[in-house]
Amino acid sequence: MTAPVPTAGRPVQAVKLAVLLAFVLLFLIPVYVLVVTSFKPLDEADPSSAWSLPRHWSTSGWSAAWDELRPGLENSVKIAVSGSLISAVLGSLNGYVLSKWRFPGSDVVFTLFLFGMFIPYQAVMIPLAGLLTDMELSGTIRGLILAHVVYGIPICTLIFRNYYVTVPDELIEAARVDGAGMLRTYWSIMLPVSGPAFAVTLIWQFTSMWNDFLFAVFLGAPDSWPVTVMLNNTAGSGAVAVQYNQQMASALLASLPTVLVYLLLGRFFMRGLMAGALKG
Amino acid sequence: MKFRRSRKWLPGLLLLSPSIVAIGLFVYGLIFWNTRVALSGKHDEVSEYGFDKGKNFVDLWDQPSWPGAVQNALVFTAVFVVGALVLGAFLAFLMDKGIRGEASFRVIYLFPMAVSFIASGVVWRWLMNPAPPERAVGFNQLFDKLHLGALANSWWQDPTWGMAAMALPAIWQMSGYVMALYLAGFRSVPEELREAARVDGASEWKVYRYVVFPQLRPITLSALIILGHISLKVFDLIMAIAGKQIVTYVPAVATFVEIFDRHDPANGATIATYLLVAVAVLVIPYLVWSVRGERSR
Repeated sequence: MTAPVPTAGRPVQAVKLAVLLAFVLLFLIPVYVLVVTSFKPLDEADPSSAWSLPRHWSTSGWSAAWDELRPGLENSVKIAVSGSLISAVLGSLNGYVLSKWRFPGSDVVFTLFLFGMFIPYQAVMIPLAGLLTDMELSGTIRGLILAHVVYGIPICTLIFRNYYVTVPDELIEAARVDGAGMLRTYWSIMLPVSGPAFAVTLIWQFTSMWNDFLFAVFLGAPDSWPVTVMLNNTAGSGAVAVQYNQQMASALLASLPTVLVYLLLGRFFMRGLMAGALKG
Repeated sequence: MKFRRSRKWLPGLLLLSPSIVAIGLFVYGLIFWNTRVALSGKHDEVSEYGFDKGKNFVDLWDQPSWPGAVQNALVFTAVFVVGALVLGAFLAFLMDKGIRGEASFRVIYLFPMAVSFIASGVVWRWLMNPAPPERAVGFNQLFDKLHLGALANSWWQDPTWGMAAMALPAIWQMSGYVMALYLAGFRSVPEELREAARVDGASEWKVYRYVVFPQLRPITLSALIILGHISLKVFDLIMAIAGKQIVTYVPAVATFVEIFDRHDPANGATIATYLLVAVAVLVIPYLVWSVRGERSR
């Protein structure tokens, strides 16, 4: 998507720019409060002075946040990195079949897959917890990865399928005529052009697994809690006075990986969003 | 669809079969099992399942917290969906013709999507703090400083409008997404169409009203479905900002409370089934329409 060169007259242009800038300020308000509070020493970090800059800059909130959240961050890395890798491989194979090796009824299967993308996970949570217990995965990181990967199949399949539909059928036919089987064709024709779809899927899955709270709180245990659950626990109404500088630093720390991924690879992120809209 | 000989399509089916089994079991199998729990009399963790003919689905409405939870979800959905759609479309409209620094604007409007509600909830809880004027904090304090004290309110703790305030962080998070959808949509409308309308003497506003927006119905529908299903399921945001308080009780939180606090699987499953039906009514027609429409093109 290339932006057109501005064409409207100067006054119109200026008004638009002013309104857009006003919204930028509004959008950044939460970030401002988070950042300034996180760098305040404990005695300054109070809701009543939320809007003022720190008088003394301090990183004590950040180091306390790091110490407290580290186990959760480690769990989140394990879950989100391995989960998104498995998701991408599965999505790629599924998308390949559903775009180039359709079988009778494959549209119905695809539609049934897609519905899985929208279901409220509460509607599977009670039996899912039981099933994971039976599989001896209850409360483990592997159990969380399994849940994320399975319920991620629909979106990943969708992204790859929509991407592979744009690869000309003639290429596949040519490979077939040359005697290449399904997997051979995938390996030598599809996989080499799949880079963008892999990027979209990996970013999308990484972000949603990192930010997940629902699965973690229903299926996790203290050992396997990702950073979102730990953050929510520290932010909760504890008996001890809340250390606001640490709390704000924790929130920033928990958001940094996904925000960095987004800032560095935002273009791919956008395409993932479009795929999520089905008809992007 | 062309039916090829099975030798040709069987390998594809085989390659897809692990996912078919997984979705079949984890989505449809577990939904079936959850419905089974909802139809049972298992109101504690030890009793047998039994079968009580849907009594839970009726009795739920007599629970003091349930009708309010449904109302809260509806108010939240209305404010969030309309708010995010209007703001997103408005931002896209402002950027449509090209603006200096467009890429930076896009990044800033979209970044909230990369942040979890659990993290942003930490700060929204501060910003939307209802403390009275003499010790006002957050937005109320800001209003006070800007001599807009009249705008101060009790935010999400207001019994009538609380859920509308609760929708603000959700609008903050999702309107950039809507903007991205509409911006792509605006730019896909052929310039000749707009030009033709201009030649016929249409004002710029009328070009949008009668030429551009009608072309964007599929995008509006997609956005409605995406926002609508997120909204019905809202859980993280409420848990992060208000926890389990009754004033912002919604079905997704109610499921959690029934299962973990009241140890009542049957009621938890019943609420989850209601949620599923609400989402299904919204999504299934759209899915069928989408997949079918694609085939006929």
